[in-house]
Amino acid sequence: MSAILPPADRLWWKQPIGKQEWMWIGLAFTWAMIMFVMMIYWHINGKQNLSTETYKSTPEMFAAKAEKFIAENTVRTETDQNIPVVKANDKGEVYLTASLWKWWPILELEKGKTYKVHLFSMDYNHGFSLQPTNINIQVVPGYEHVVKMTPTQSGTFAIVCNEFCGIGHHSMLGRIYVK
Amino acid sequence: MATTYRNCPRTGLQFDTAAEKLMRWNAVVGVVFLLVGGIMALFVILTRWPSVKLLPADQFYLVLTAHGVDMLLVWIIFFEMAVLYFCSSTLLRCRLATPKWAWVQFWLMLVGAAIGNYAVLAGESSVMFTSYAPMMASPLFYLGLILFAVGALIGCFVFLGTLVVAKNERTYEGSIPLVTFGALTACIIAIFTIASGAVILIPTFLWSVGILKEIDALMYRVIWWGMGHSSQQINVSAHVAIWYAIAAIAVGAKPLSEKVSRFAYFLYILFLQLACAHHLLSDPGLGSSWKVLNTSYFMYFAVMASMIHGFTVPGAIEAAQRAKGYNNGLFEWLRKAPWGSPAFSGMFISLVSFGFLGGISGVVLGTEQLNMLMHNTFYVPGHFHATVVSGTTLAFMALTYFLVPVLFKRELIAPKLCALQPYVFGISMGVLSLVMMGAGTLGVSRRHWDMAFSGAPFQYEWPGAAYLMMGLTGIFGVIAVIGGAMFCLLIVGSLLWGKKLDEGKVTTERTPFPPNTVAANVSGHGDAEHASVPGTVVLAMLLLVSFVLYYFVNWKYLSEVWGLS
Repeated sequence: MSAILPPADRLWWKQPIGKQEWMWIGLAFTWAMIMFVMMIYWHINGKQNLSTETYKSTPEMFAAKAEKFIAENTVRTETDQNIPVVKANDKGEVYLTASLWKWWPILELEKGKTYKVHLFSMDYNHGFSLQPTNINIQVVPGYEHVVKMTPTQSGTFAIVCNEFCGIGHHSMLGRIYVK
Repeated sequence: MATTYRNCPRTGLQFDTAAEKLMRWNAVVGVVFLLVGGIMALFVILTRWPSVKLLPADQFYLVLTAHGVDMLLVWIIFFEMAVLYFCSSTLLRCRLATPKWAWVQFWLMLVGAAIGNYAVLAGESSVMFTSYAPMMASPLFYLGLILFAVGALIGCFVFLGTLVVAKNERTYEGSIPLVTFGALTACIIAIFTIASGAVILIPTFLWSVGILKEIDALMYRVIWWGMGHSSQQINVSAHVAIWYAIAAIAVGAKPLSEKVSRFAYFLYILFLQLACAHHLLSDPGLGSSWKVLNTSYFMYFAVMASMIHGFTVPGAIEAAQRAKGYNNGLFEWLRKAPWGSPAFSGMFISLVSFGFLGGISGVVLGTEQLNMLMHNTFYVPGHFHATVVSGTTLAFMALTYFLVPVLFKRELIAPKLCALQPYVFGISMGVLSLVMMGAGTLGVSRRHWDMAFSGAPFQYEWPGAAYLMMGLTGIFGVIAVIGGAMFCLLIVGSLLWGKKLDEGKVTTERTPFPPNTVAANVSGHGDAEHASVPGTVVLAMLLLVSFVLYYFVNWKYLSEVWGLS
């Protein structure tokens, strides 16, 4: 009964399965169920689940909200490009805009507080990659994604763009301060 | 024109001469694109190697796009067409249905691949293999892919037609061989893949020429991955079929149980394509239950299927070797396997790499929450170099070593180099995927030209270990390219200068399965059922333990990052 020939026994489906195979099938099945339950368990008891809160939006609509947020909550500007450093508003919301090729503005957060981060792309797909923590979220144009984040360490964090977005992709670096 | 058949004097396989020519041309064109993609790979690797950084950004993204398209689609699907024709007309000993349509398949795919490559190399389409809208490539890019896909679809129907021919003309008795069943699985998945491709690429093409106004970016991602990931599931089915085939050819292995192996393939047909969701786990707009159910192939049934194949393939080899008397200890059967045959060594390295590196990393990457640790990092190409390159490409290379004397009727040149090649390529590719995954675990991005972020308003310094991993990526990447180049040169060299072998008799008469050949001898000798395979059990347990440990280590990592809800 070679694999490249028709089965010698025409009634191959009636042959019993060996013990070692049953054992392995059983183990594989059990492991499959454990992995499946693990994802659900983490939704109930885990502290890292990606929010699904999403709104369809347009660059004009989002820009209006984001500019208002920046105008009201800027604490200072940094670098020779005068990038605003912005704190969360009193509802704990921050707006982060991805566009060719910048993350705008710089955010200043506090350790242990929970924020609603509104992520939006003005043009192409971008990738929100928080380093060195290593959290990676896809930013898809047309969709405002509201992610709840709770910084657990203080320091200076980088937002690398990790979805290819054209020739300036590598220069698209943002910043988050956590106090 | 009457169909003629050739009986291979070395293996007893019978080829429809029209089908044989198609297999040869599809395989040869596949290898040519492997060579093109390999040259691109060298440029990619030499640019991502931080201390070399060969190309400027625009050229880097151009060659990376070409590398992705030529390797993931063109090389593999051309070769798969040859595999489909082989598994139908040759293994079922029948004529190929509609060879003329099969030539339409070949030419459409060739023209499509040429147009697609032209579009990329002309510089207007550096959009990566994924070409996420609204980033727009030139219309020729989409047109090339569409023509290519239509060609492949025709090939699938020629394969299905050939199964019908074999059934009607009663060229075999009972059920189709397991390997053909695997090819059928690949074919069914291919049809799903191409349908998804048509649904998204045709509107995208219309958008690129200005007829449609907008393509929704999220919808594009969902449907595109119906093609992008599923095309890799064709590969899984095809290369598992090749594992079974080479095990049968090289050591006379018989499946431990037809029922178990076919059931595992059936699970592939039902569940494997759900894995399109793997790429959307960190996306907005999709619900958690949708993500959980799809990413797990409906409760991990396709993972279970792969674990079953991962047991039954080495199990079949062990049973065959033990039947030959290699019974000492747990692993004499493995030590005394034909390691000097590139077909066998390539197949076995493919099996181990796919299981330990590609399989485990794929499941971890495809776990809904864990995906956030690795999405779009260098871990992703690390994972799929272990599956698509160490797994599929190496299995195809192994099969090619078998096909050169059988199908091309040439002796392999430089047999010692041929014996060495799977080790050079397989081991370097294995290490390459590991260090790529290492870099990804440290956060390094995929598809990124500059780890130093030149031109950014501020700096971020990657950990030193990340630079080390990227340096190792460079070194082992170059060795892997050398291994790939060895393959192309050895095969092309053998086709051009290998000693011509006796091609056997060509007749217009079909011959039934002959009783006294290498291929047939492995059948009908009672059964391998219930042969004890303790060595395989140990290997399988090793896989499971590594799997469990690595899986939970990643949950530990995840529990340490910022809170997300």
